[in-house]
This record gives sequence, C-alpha cells and structure tokens, in this order.
Amino acid sequence: MTGQVPSDTGGVVKVSGPVVTAAGLPRTRLFDVVRIGTDRILGEVIRIDDDLVVVQAFEDTTGLRVDEPVVATGEPLYAELGPGLLGAILDGTQRPLESLGAESGHYIARGADPPRLDPDRLWDFQAAAAVGNEVTPGDLLGTVTEGRAFEHRVLVPTGWSGTVTAVRPGPATVLDPVVDIDGHPVTMMHRWPLRRARPVAGRLPLTVPLNTGQRVLDLLFPVARGGSAIIPGGFGTGKTVMEQALAKFSSADVVVYVGCGERGNELTEVLEQFPRLTDPRNGASLMERTVMVANTSNMPVAAREASIYTGITVAEYFRDQGYDVAMLADSTSRWGEALREVSSRLEEMPAEDGYPAYLATRLAGFYERAGAVQCLGTPERNGSVTIVGAVSPAGGDFSEPITQHSLRLAGCFWALDTTLSRQRHFPAVNWLRSFSQYDLDGWYDCEVADDWSRLRRWAAATLQDEGSLQEVVSLLGVEAIAAEQRITLRLGQALREDLLQQSSFDPADATCPPDRLLAMLRVLHAADGAMSSALSRGVAVPDIVGASVLTELGQMRRWPAGRVDDSARDLTRRVAEEMELL
Amino acid sequence: MTTQEGTTPFIVGHRTVTRIAGPLIVATGMDGVGYGELVEVDTGDGVVREGQVLELDESLAVVQVFGGTVGVGRRTTSVRTRGRAASTGVGKDYFGRVLDGMGRPRDHGPEPVPEDYRHVNGLPLNPIARAHPDQFLETGVSAIDGLLTLVRGQKLPIFTGAGLPANALAARIAAQTRAPDDATEVVVVFAAMGVTRREAAFFRTEFSADAASSSVLLLNLADDPTIERLLTPRVALTMAEYLAFELELHVLVVMTDMTAYCEALREISAAREEMPGRRGYPGYMYTDLASLYERAGRVRGGSGSLTQLMIVSMPDDDITHPIPDLTGYITEGQIVLSRDLDRTGVAPPIDVLPSLSRLMNAGIGAGKTRADHRGLADQLYSCYARGREVRRLMSIVGESGLPQEDQRYLAFASAFEATYLDQGDTRRTIAETLELGWRLLDPFPAPELTRLTADDLAEHHRAGPSA
Repeated sequence: MTGQVPSDTGGVVKVSGPVVTAAGLPRTRLFDVVRIGTDRILGEVIRIDDDLVVVQAFEDTTGLRVDEPVVATGEPLYAELGPGLLGAILDGTQRPLESLGAESGHYIARGADPPRLDPDRLWDFQAAAAVGNEVTPGDLLGTVTEGRAFEHRVLVPTGWSGTVTAVRPGPATVLDPVVDIDGHPVTMMHRWPLRRARPVAGRLPLTVPLNTGQRVLDLLFPVARGGSAIIPGGFGTGKTVMEQALAKFSSADVVVYVGCGERGNELTEVLEQFPRLTDPRNGASLMERTVMVANTSNMPVAAREASIYTGITVAEYFRDQGYDVAMLADSTSRWGEALREVSSRLEEMPAEDGYPAYLATRLAGFYERAGAVQCLGTPERNGSVTIVGAVSPAGGDFSEPITQHSLRLAGCFWALDTTLSRQRHFPAVNWLRSFSQYDLDGWYDCEVADDWSRLRRWAAATLQDEGSLQEVVSLLGVEAIAAEQRITLRLGQALREDLLQQSSFDPADATCPPDRLLAMLRVLHAADGAMSSALSRGVAVPDIVGASVLTELGQMRRWPAGRVDDSARDLTRRVAEEMELL
Repeated sequence: MTTQEGTTPFIVGHRTVTRIAGPLIVATGMDGVGYGELVEVDTGDGVVREGQVLELDESLAVVQVFGGTVGVGRRTTSVRTRGRAASTGVGKDYFGRVLDGMGRPRDHGPEPVPEDYRHVNGLPLNPIARAHPDQFLETGVSAIDGLLTLVRGQKLPIFTGAGLPANALAARIAAQTRAPDDATEVVVVFAAMGVTRREAAFFRTEFSADAASSSVLLLNLADDPTIERLLTPRVALTMAEYLAFELELHVLVVMTDMTAYCEALREISAAREEMPGRRGYPGYMYTDLASLYERAGRVRGGSGSLTQLMIVSMPDDDITHPIPDLTGYITEGQIVLSRDLDRTGVAPPIDVLPSLSRLMNAGIGAGKTRADHRGLADQLYSCYARGREVRRLMSIVGESGLPQEDQRYLAFASAFEATYLDQGDTRRTIAETLELGWRLLDPFPAPELTRLTADDLAEHHRAGPSA
C-alpha cells in the first residue's frame, strides 16, 4: 500500500536499558520497527540524529553487545486485525500470551514472534458482497461468527476500492483470500499502524449513556457512549475493582481491557473469572466479548507504552464494524511513566515531575480516539469507543501532571477517595468532587422515566447539603442544626449507604440496571416526603430519624430481580405508614 | 555470585579505566561485553571486585562496582569481562546458611554446593502461566490472620516508621508461619538490606533459635557497599523462585528494608547523572520495584508458592513518600504499623484501619478458614472503626457526654487492642483468632451486628445484654 522501503542492516552503538542506539540505517523513518541483535528483539525508532537511530526496545536488552546487527523492517508497528481477537490475551505488542507460553513455558523469553492471529483456525465466511458490486473502504464484504453469538463483520480495508470480481464463502483462515477486488485477493486479516487513528465518515453527538451498572456513576456522573472518563485514586481506593466491574457489567458490545503495568495476580483473577461469567445479554461467556491486553509491571517498559495503542486500535476496529466498544485502561499512569522512563534515557528536557513536555500531546492523542461515529462504508452504521482510564497519582495527590492533563481531556472525572475507602465505602467515588460533562438527562427522561432528571437533581442536592451540614455537625455537634436539617442529614446517610455504596463482591448487588436504580431512588424520595410531613406534624426528630423502617432501606440492593417493583411499592407504603404512626 | 558458572570462567581481555565517580567507573576498550553483564574489576592489589555494566556506548562501558570503588585508580585498575549476566547458585544446600548481600557465605561455613545457577534478574512470568493465589497462610498473628489474611503467592508490605518493631514482627512471622492444609513446610528466604550490626545480630539469633534448618539469611550490612544492596533482593528471589517453582515448596521471602534498597537505587542514579524524579528517586523506580515484587506468585500446575513480605520504612511516617507510595501501587495490600499503638505497648502494633489485604477474600471462607471469617472480619473492622471515632469525639466532649451505645464501642476498641492486637509472643491458630474475635463481639446485642448473617450469629454469638 505505502511505498515499501527495502530493509537495512546496521549495528548497535549504545545500550542504556530499553533505549538502544544504532548506526548504519540511513533509510529508516521515525516509528519504523527494527529487530535488534541476534535475538531479534522488537524495537521502534523514536529519534533520528544524523547517522544515529535511537530505538526503544520492547524486550529486555540484557546481554546485548555493541556491533550486534540491527535490521530495519521499513514498516511502522502494526496491529493485525481480523477474526480471532475476541477472547484473546495479548501482550503490549499484540503477541498472544498463549502462543508465548507454548513457545517458552512459564516465563517470557526474548525474541519470540508468534503470529498475532491464529493462522490455522478456520472461520465460516458468510458473504454479503456479490460479484460485480462496486465497493469502497468500510463496505461490508461478509461476516463470520465468533464464539456463540458475535457477528464479526469483514469490511473492505482502507486503501481498497473497485469491483468485486470473486467471492469465496465457506471455511477460510484469516490469511485465505475471501473476496477479490479487481482481481486482487482480500483476506479477512488486515494490518493497521498502531499509532494512527482509523478513519470514520463522521463524528456524532454524544447523547446515549454507556450504562455501567454502578449506581453512583449512572445516577450522578454518567458517561456517554463515545465519551471518556478517568478514575484517579491512590492505592487501595478500588480503581482496578471498578475497571473490572465496568468490564463485566457495562452495556458495551465489545470490551477491550488493557492491563498496563499492573499486577500479574490481578490479571490472573480476571483470566480465571471472566470465562466463567456470562454476558447477561446473550448468555455467552464474558470472555467472548473481551479482548485483553496484558503488560504487567514486570514486563518490558516500552511494550507498556505500546499496549495502550494496541488496545485503542483493536477498539476502533470493532467500532468500525458498528459496535459500541468500551476501552478500559488500567492504569494510564504506568503508561505515562513508561514515556517518562524512555524520555529520561534520551536525556530530553523534562517538564513537570520529570515527565516529558509532550505528555499532554500524547494523552490528547489517546483520549481523542474516543468518540461516537458514523462508520465508513455501507450498510450505514454507527459505532463508538468509550475510554475509561484509571490514573494512579503519586501519593494520591491529584495535582500531578497525568491527572491534571487527563482531567482536561476526559468528560467524566470519577475521583476515588482514600477517606471513603478507609471507611470501606465502595465504590469510593467522591460525589462532591467528581463530575460529568455529558448531558444525558434527555436520554434517561425519555428511555427510563420522565422524572429521572428531577430525582437526580434531588439526590445531588441532598448529598451536597448533607456534606455542608456534616462540617457543621463535626464542629458543633448534632444539636447545633435545625430539625429539617437533621432530616436532610438522615436522608444523605440513606443515599450514601443504601444507594451509592455497592458491593462488587455480592452477586446480587454487583450490577444495577437503570430500572432498579430508579425504583430505589423513588423509594428514597418518597421517604423524604414522609419524613418531612412527619416533622411538620410535630413529631420529634429523633423518632423520625431513628425509625426502624429506615434500616430496611439497606435491603433495596438485594431485592430479587423479578420483584423490584413490588418490593419498592411495599417498602414505600411501609415507610409512609410508620411515619404516619409516629 | 558465589562461584563461576561451569568450571572455567570465560574471561576476556584487559580494559582501562577512564573515569571514577562514586560507585561507578567508566572503562574503555570494552568490545564484546554485553549490556547488564558482569565484569571483574582488578585493582592490582590482589582484590578482585565484581561489577555490572549499566550502559554501553561504543567501546565505553559504565560499570557499577560491587564492593565499592575505594582503591580504584586509573592506571592501576583493569577490567575483565566474563561474558555472562549476574547469576547465583540455588538449591537446598543454602538452607541454614548466613550469606552476604551477594549470596556468598558470611558464616565461616563451607562453600555451599549449588544445584544450579540462575541469572539474578529472572524473566517475567507470563500472566497466563500464573495461578491465582487463593490458599490461606497462617502467620499466627491475629491481626493478620483474622483481618488482613495473607495468601500464598501474595506480596504484602509492612509500612513502618523509625523505631517501630517491624523487624521483630517480620522475624516472628518468618519463624511461625504455617500452611495449615498442606504438609509442605514453609521455608524462609530472608534478605536484610542495609541493616545495622545490632539488627543483624538479632536476625542471626532469631534464625539460629529456629534451628534454621529451612531458612536462608542474606545480610547486607549498613556499612557494606551500598551497591551490593541492589543485588541482595535479586539473589534472594532467584533462590526463592527455584525453591518455589522447581522444588515445589512454599517459600516466604522477607525483604527488609526496602527503603535502604531504594536509597541505593537513588545513589546509583545520581552517580549516573540521571534526571531525578520525585525526591530525587529515579523515574524508573516503579519498574525496578515491580521487577522485584512481581516475582511473587504461584505457577499454574505447580504446588509451590512464593510469598513476599517486605518492610518499608516510611521516612517521617509519611505514607505518601515515593517508596511506600510506589510499593503500595504494586503490592496486594499493606500492613501499617502505628506509633500510637506501639506507645501503649501493643505488640505487634498493627493499625488495622489503614491496612488491607487485597487477596484476603480468595483465601478465606468455608473449606479454607471458616465460613464466618469474612463477616466476622467486617464486623470487627466496623466496630473498631466506630470505637476509634468515638474515642476521637471523646477527646472533645469527654466520656460522660457519650451515649451508652457509644461507650460500648469505646470499650470494645480498648478490649480489641488489648487482647486481639496485643498478643506478645504467643502464636494463635486461626481457630483461636476467630474465637477471640467472637468473644469480643459478645457485649453487643445481635441486631447491632449487621455485617454478620443470622446463621453465624446463632452459631457463634453469645448474647450480651439486651439492647
């Protein structure tokens, strides 16, 4: 497609950790891939300085010697896209970890270069295009079924157009030609450079929420499909548990989960759990809608930098097929630190906290690949990529550069709070500090219930009032505030404990669909009315806030799925009755 | 580092030293040496030190010299390459031995006979080859077993402050940890970095008291060359990996003090004139620490495990200092020691409120510890948190101003500290720990114990005064 550059061979001049300098590669371009040394370590050109080429190596460089050969491939780093991605577990440069395991056992040896997609697996190609069709990039050529139910759409790759001259339905590998365009064979697999965003026909406004199943997010800080959110939090505040909850329960068609510089044992937990969990929408295993990119903290640092791009490219590939994709990155700070580490080895002038000055540009390049789009080609279809990035600020201090730059780019800020997590309030999303810039009330009022936005404002205002009152109470004691305010205080407590708190480990409570959330919210709102009317009848405040029926609000989260409406009606009635009797 | 790999070391050529700065030397004529490889630095006075290549630039090599650069001169010193990366002997012959920070005997005993040699840096474990840690490890310390359960294959740091008895706690855990459901013994690899002679003597006594039949002690003293400290945890973990993943033993690696290790890392970074990160620590400290901590775990299909406990001194008790901060982001929880508890004589002074074991849920419950373990732990935690809050309030309003309900929590907090946390030298089994927890909850009426199920309450709770 692009002009092929013949490969060069040069030699190693300098080695410093993951940064290798080579000479004798005059035709190499920035971000071209090279193979370093006799082990053929994968690397990428990140700077060209006269005759010297600076390369970041995606594998460990121990033992590398001066004068070992460096071979330029003349190509940038590619993702290989096609059927077989779903359910795969990949490292930062898209090498399937299963294949690496088969090649080198428990540990990851150097220089392994297995095929990114299984070249032998047969897929039943169902043709959609016919001989004689005029096609342009993005047009549907056919489909294959992945897993139980996923329709993987094979599209005309970018750069191709013309007349379909042959169609070969039936079993095919990703490398077999399934369609000919103007006599040229097209396979189901195609390659895309990781660092380039895939083209779309147009961008769409962000009006539909990505339901996360987490009450505090869906109610107070919803994220739009095609939007982006960040989850900053110190260690132990539950970033990973939250990312995993989103991977399990969010209303996306495809989930791309990038474990970037995180714990190996956590990844193992995901790998052991996901195949056993089922997708509520079609009963298939959750793994069948998931692509995992795993570059744990002890794997090479440059591959950690690439893993984010591998993830987003795969996400865009499914978006182009017309799917809603959630791209979860845990943690973007590790990615930023990888940038910093390489930058420091290049002796670049550092900006804040030692991060390179281009950190903000790189972050923007990543977050701006989120979006709701009209896809290229026919049939007409829309897709979206929603990015949720965890951020691990040093010392839990949100003023550090990655949090601050991400904050400017992301539409949602889900601030996790160490104080809340110490109180074992999970998810530890600080409701006073977090925000969402997406206006999705319209969708909720139309699709869930027309009083949604009113209830949402009531809940937000109550929490806000309670927060201010708590400050007064902690200084002056509960006697210092007015009777109505003590009702607000009790309501705030109910909202916090019985609505915002949600246990990821309790199967009944781990996810909460919008209708259940609505029912819970209505019960609490009704309780507000009942308590206020009791107060206006002159009932003593301690009797109202201490009413035993209020402790039953904690049971709302465990209502059986089929009986939510009945249970809500019943509880509302009993709250009203008990308040009447006081 | 103990002996050469094979019988004849592969030694090539002599090089000249052009620059000496702190623990680093720059040598020329280093053709053929590999990045990260070991070299021999011969000072000409009969002392041969080992060094490691930190950077290669054409024929120049930056070498960090283990053993320090005192006595290294430009004309008198030559550098020889050995053509291999830093490695260590591994095997059971190291049991009962006291080694120095690079794995050489420090106890005047015979040279150990290794079963094999391994590169000290190891290789990253493929995430799909890991088995999720979900087996209980009994430390005999109630605060840990009951509330912060350690699981085989976990990495859990102890955050401590100057003067707090973290080393005593670590030594006790090392001596008395068992795997109750498994006949395989728990062996200990203890890596002490930058410890004083007094501390070293303490560790030696602790370990010899235990016959030390199944432990290896690596001692890098505070006045040993700083740079050796960078190898100490790697040698220890390499030995431990062999024991855990090839000999299928349960290995507990205790590393103390990671702060001394990180300072060594900073020293080298400064000598290399690298761009400093937060508080002068290098930007790659996260990656470096991860390359140590991530060596904990279990391997699919194997029965062994490698569990890590590392002691991290928080400078000025500051948990947001880069060392505890980065550690906390990598490890699976943390145990935090409290100065207040230590002052009141609670031993070990574990503050359970900011402490956490992320893998606890996987290692407890029916068939592992007991079905009521989770609920009981949550209840104790929540009662103690409330008790501490009441104690804080009391300091403002006075005890007489507290409602009776609050006084019960106050009494609980004190009893919890005096009996559950403070256990002196006794070792408690998990059954004893759980029983103790239940007895502490007896004064509460059952309806207040909302974290426990009705079944658990019926079985274990002895009704206190009626509400």
